Amino acid sequence: MELFQMLAWGPEGWADELAEGTWLTVRLALATLPFGLALGLLVALAKTSGEKSLETAANVYTTIFRGLPELLTLFIVYYGGQMALQKLVGLFTDTYVEVNGFVAGMVALGLVFSAFASEVFASAFKGIPAGQGEAAQALGMTRWQAFRLVTLPQLIRLSIGGLSNLWLILLKETSLVSVIALNDLLRNTNVAVGSTKQPLFFYSVALAIYLVLSLISSKGLGAIEAHVKRGEERRA
Amino acid sequence: MSDATAGMIEAQKPPPQARRRWGIARIAGTMLCGLWAALGLGIAASLVSNYDADIFTRYMPRMMEGLWVTAKLVVLSIMAGGLLAIPLALARMSHNPLIAKPAFAYVYAFRGTPLLGQVFLLYYGAGQFVDELQAVGLWWFFRDAYNCVLLTFILNTAAYQAEIYKTAIESIPRGQWEAASSLGLHKGTTFRKIILPQAMITALRPLGNEIILMVKGSAVASIVTVFDLMGATKLAFSRTYDFNVYLWAAIIYLMIVETLRRVWAVLERRLTRHLVR
Repeated sequence: MELFQMLAWGPEGWADELAEGTWLTVRLALATLPFGLALGLLVALAKTSGEKSLETAANVYTTIFRGLPELLTLFIVYYGGQMALQKLVGLFTDTYVEVNGFVAGMVALGLVFSAFASEVFASAFKGIPAGQGEAAQALGMTRWQAFRLVTLPQLIRLSIGGLSNLWLILLKETSLVSVIALNDLLRNTNVAVGSTKQPLFFYSVALAIYLVLSLISSKGLGAIEAHVKRGEERRA
Repeated sequence: MSDATAGMIEAQKPPPQARRRWGIARIAGTMLCGLWAALGLGIAASLVSNYDADIFTRYMPRMMEGLWVTAKLVVLSIMAGGLLAIPLALARMSHNPLIAKPAFAYVYAFRGTPLLGQVFLLYYGAGQFVDELQAVGLWWFFRDAYNCVLLTFILNTAAYQAEIYKTAIESIPRGQWEAASSLGLHKGTTFRKIILPQAMITALRPLGNEIILMVKGSAVASIVTVFDLMGATKLAFSRTYDFNVYLWAAIIYLMIVETLRRVWAVLERRLTRHLVR
């Protein structure tokens, strides 16, 4: 019973700290998503452009950010970004700059997310017959109109499954930012454990929160998927 | 015979290839390739110009030892996890809810929570039960961070692999089970000799991805003081503040993952060559 008193709200309990950490985790994942999606779409467009040099550049990008451990990417962005920025600022003034952990986490997770998302988008592009682009052209649509009205709706439908998986992975990977002193759910849990000496209880609570976040996400994503696929005929 | 070709036009050479034009895509692509090349050269230049023989000779051997630890972690956890995964996959498919439900809960819990959190739970959680673990004579195992990490990885990858095997086994048509049973084959024999070999081929690609995920994921071991490749790199960085060590580590990880990916692709092509039409 004492254990659950530690989960009280306020200065004695840890519920508010855990809630703040959860909020940061969610914010970080949500902030990474549009950045990763946009970058992933651009890389996928490059991969399917038919232009050799663009495809090579895009493939190098995917190889790097898909192959590096996320933790290493995070360290490289955080420490490397810090050093590079310091050098850049050092050219003009000698003030000390500090890289914001949230931004570093967002960039690192976004790079990884976009590398995987580009693969999802690229295979979705391949699932759309080339004849549709030609048909759109024959109807006098501009390339932008054809993309927006013909390709994009199908692209969303074809890639929603893969992107849902990537979102769930992203949500879990945000836990890595706890090592660069960002007060996410896992780091606040570490703090709670440090002061209460109850690792089993607090880590279980934290993992349960992650599980609930995943659960809510997959329910939400399932609803979105059902919505974007509402026009598809039902099989089986 | 010669009359037939008399009035015909002689065979012509193919038309010359149309010149590739410098459109926006090509300009952008060339610039981006140039950017990558410049970045690669920049990193190479940084590695050469900031090369510190002292740091290299002191920390490179440690990183190589770390690489060995990483390799051990990955190989052992993938293999032990695989052994655990097959009964788990069968339990997931069981018609008995008392078996299927707990197996589902296990898989869901491990796949729905971050690996780092699982490592913390097991490593620090075990530390809370020193006396109890000593009483049952298991403390020597949990005292070592390496063992805790290895156990977490095994349990984690078992959940992921179970899902892979389940999908693969379910992809084998029911008719194969029926055909085998009409030939009088035992259920266990059918599974071992007929279903599993075919399922493993379907499982090959996701399994390759899982191994790569494990190589990358094993870096979290460094956070609980295991000196794997990442751990050795972090140690070197914290002592020297030489950013190059992270670049060395990045190159090593990239080489491992790329090699694995290529070897796996060759393996897959070889093992599925009878399926190619």
